Amino acid sequence: MSRVLIQNGRVIDPKNGLDKNADVYIADGKIAAIGEAPVGFSADEVIDASGQIVSPGFVDLSVALREPGFEYKATIESETRAAVQAGVTTLCCPPDTRPVIDTPSVVESIQQRNEQAGYARVVMIGALTSGMEGKQLSEIAALKAVGCVGVGNGVHAIKNALVMRRAMEYASSHDMTVFIHPMDPWLAADGFAHEGAVATRLGLNGIPEIAETIAVSRDLALAELTGARVHFCRLSTAAAVRILSRAGFDGLPVSGDVAAHQLHLVDVDMSSFDSNYHVIPPLRSQRDKEGLRAGLIDNVLSGICSDHQPHDVDAKVGPLKDTAPGISGLASLLPLTLKLVEETSLSLSDALGFITYKPAKVLGLNVGAIAVGDSADVCVFDPEACWILNEDTMISRGKNSPYMNRELVGKVSHTLYEGRIVYRS
Amino acid sequence: MGYRDNLQLTPEKQLKHFISIEGLPRAVLVDILDTAETFSSVGEQAVKKVPILRGKTIVNLFFENSTRTRTTFELAAKRLSADVLNFNISVSATSKGESLLDTLQNLEAMQADMFVVRHAQSGAAHFIARHVPEHISVINAGDGNHAHPTQAMLDVFTIRKHFGEFAKLKVAIVGDILHSRVARSQIHALTTLGVDEVRVVAPKTLIPVGISELGVHVYHDICRGLNDVDVVIMLRLQKERMSGAFLPSEKEYFQQYGLTNERLSCAKPHAIVMHPGPINRGVEIASDVADGERSVILEQVTNGIAVRMAVMSMCMGRYSAAREAS
Repeated sequence: MSRVLIQNGRVIDPKNGLDKNADVYIADGKIAAIGEAPVGFSADEVIDASGQIVSPGFVDLSVALREPGFEYKATIESETRAAVQAGVTTLCCPPDTRPVIDTPSVVESIQQRNEQAGYARVVMIGALTSGMEGKQLSEIAALKAVGCVGVGNGVHAIKNALVMRRAMEYASSHDMTVFIHPMDPWLAADGFAHEGAVATRLGLNGIPEIAETIAVSRDLALAELTGARVHFCRLSTAAAVRILSRAGFDGLPVSGDVAAHQLHLVDVDMSSFDSNYHVIPPLRSQRDKEGLRAGLIDNVLSGICSDHQPHDVDAKVGPLKDTAPGISGLASLLPLTLKLVEETSLSLSDALGFITYKPAKVLGLNVGAIAVGDSADVCVFDPEACWILNEDTMISRGKNSPYMNRELVGKVSHTLYEGRIVYRS
Repeated sequence: MGYRDNLQLTPEKQLKHFISIEGLPRAVLVDILDTAETFSSVGEQAVKKVPILRGKTIVNLFFENSTRTRTTFELAAKRLSADVLNFNISVSATSKGESLLDTLQNLEAMQADMFVVRHAQSGAAHFIARHVPEHISVINAGDGNHAHPTQAMLDVFTIRKHFGEFAKLKVAIVGDILHSRVARSQIHALTTLGVDEVRVVAPKTLIPVGISELGVHVYHDICRGLNDVDVVIMLRLQKERMSGAFLPSEKEYFQQYGLTNERLSCAKPHAIVMHPGPINRGVEIASDVADGERSVILEQVTNGIAVRMAVMSMCMGRYSAAREAS
C-alpha cells in the first residue's frame, strides 16, 4: 500500500482539538504520524497542501444512493464518486431504496456494489418496519449483524404510537439507534411548503411547525419510556431544537441533525416556484433558520448533513406539488458549512466538527478524526477557493440543486479514503 | 436557473404574461382597467368584434373544469377576432403519461400565440410561462390556491364603475379564504389600488396562516366584519369542506356566515354585493340578496369579457392598437 505525505497544510482535527500547520504521514491506510516523519518513511506520493486545510474526511449522515431500484436517478458508483469529490469519505444511506433496506440481502448487495466502486465507506440505516409500511418490525438483529448502524422508517412516519413503542423497545434491546424523521402525517397532510405568510401568498399547502414538534414530543416521550437511543433526522424548526435541548438536559440519549440547506435557505426562496427549493421538511422561516444555527452553536445538534437526494431531470419538471422533493446536496455540503464560519460565531474547527466526528458518533463509528493510528480518511481543501457549481463541475447524476450556476466558496483538492487518493481536482 | 425578476413584464415594462396581480405596479393595473373601459362598448355594438388580434391563435388550456371562465375567455378572444382552440385536459388524461411539458410542446407546434391556462396546482402558470417560447404569452385563468388575476381585475373594474375611486372604500371578503385563489388575487388588487381597508371574514379553519401580512384585517364575526363596508364579496363554499373538518355543516355555515339582508344592513346603505360565481344559494348567500338590488353579480360576468379582452390585447403587445380602436 502506498505511502502518502501531505505537506505544508493547516491540519484541523476537531475531535482531538488539533489545529496547527503540520505534515501528515500516511502508511498502510492509516495515519502514521503528524508533524515529525516516522523513522524510515519515504513517500510514494507527496501532496502539497500549502494554503489548504487538512481535515478528517467528512461524515455525511444522509446520502441517498438510489441503488437498488432507482438507477435512472443515480448509482452507488456515481454518488460515492460525487461524495469523495465533496470530501465525504463516510456516508450513511437511508433505507428508502427499492426494495427497501429491510433484509440482510439488500444490505449485502449494496456493500458489494460499493466495494466494487471503492471510493468511500458506505453504512446503512435499516428499515425499522418491513417495507417501511409501519406495521411489522423488520429483522433488526439480522440487519445489525450485517452492519446496519441503526434503524429508521425513512420519511414515512410511523403513525401508530404502539408500533413505535414496540419498535423502540425492540431496537434498544439490540442496542440499535432509532433514526426518526419527525413529521406528524395528519398535521402535515398534503403540505409541501412551510405553513406561514409565504405559503399563504403563493397558495401552497403548508406543513405547520407543529407537525414537527408534536412528532418530536411524542417520540421523546416514547424514548424516555423505552430507553431507546433516538436520533432525529433533518430538524427544520427552532421549536424542535428547543425541545431537543430540554431532553438533553434531562439526560435522554437523544441527538439530532440538520440538512445544510436548512441553515441557509428559507421559505421566501420558494417565491419563484422553483422546484429546486422543494424539500421535505420544507424550507422554513428566517427565525427557524436562526434557531437551527443556534442549535449548532449550543451543541444541541450533532451534525450537518447534505441530505443528498439526486433526481432525474423529469422528477423536477412541473408545478411544485407535482415535483419530487430533495436537493442533490453533496457538492454544496462543505461550502455551506464554511459559510457558517463567516456568518456565525462558529470557528472553522467547530464547523468541521459537525461534518466529521460528531456525526460519526451518532453512527457509532470510529471515524471522523485523524490521530495517529486512525484510518487515513482525509480531505484537503482550500477554504477560500471560489468555483461555480454547474453541469460540468457536478459529479452527482442528480443536477437538482438550488445552487446550480452559483458561486460556491470552499473546494476540495484531494480526498483520501483508507490511505488511497480517491479524488484529486 | 436565472429566473427573471418579473416574469410578467417586458424590459420596457409592458405586460407580457398575466399570471398574478402580485408583482405588478399600480400603473399596470390602472392601464388594464382603462383599456377594459374602452372595450366595454364592443359588446353593445351590432357587430361585436374588433380586429385587434386578427390572425392570432389563442389556446384555452383547462386542466380543471370550468365552463364559465373558459366561456368568457373564449368570448373575449373572439371579440378580438382571434382564432380560439379549447382543450379540456382532465387529470386522468395527463396521468396516462403525457407530462405537462409534452402537452405544451404539442400545442406550441400548432403555432399558438397565447395560452390561457387553468390548473389545479399553484404555480402552474409560472411554470408554463417559463417553459414557453419567447413569442407566446400566458394568461393565468386560475392556478391552485394561488391566483386568479383576471377575476380580481373584473372585480375591481366593477367596483370602480360603482364608486369611481378606491381610496375611501372598505371591502370585506367573506368565506373560504384558505382555499381561494380569487381572494388572494383580490387582496393584492385592492391593496395595490389603495383601498382604505380590506377585511377577510371566516372561521379560523378557513383563514390561512399569516394572511394579515398581506395587509388585511381578519374577522371571525360576520356582523363586525361587514360593519360600515362599501363592498361585500362573498366566496363560493365548496361542499368538500365539510369532510376535512373545516366546517360542521352547510346549515351552520349559512347561519353563521351566510349573507342575508339582515346582515347586509350592517354594511353602508350603498354597499354592493359581489360573488365570483357560481353561487350556492342558501349556503353562502340568500337568494333575496343574490337577486336583490345591491347585487352586482351579473354585471361582474359582463365586465369579465371586457377585462379579459384588455388583458389579452395588452399581453399581445396590442396595447396601442386597443387604444386606437377606442
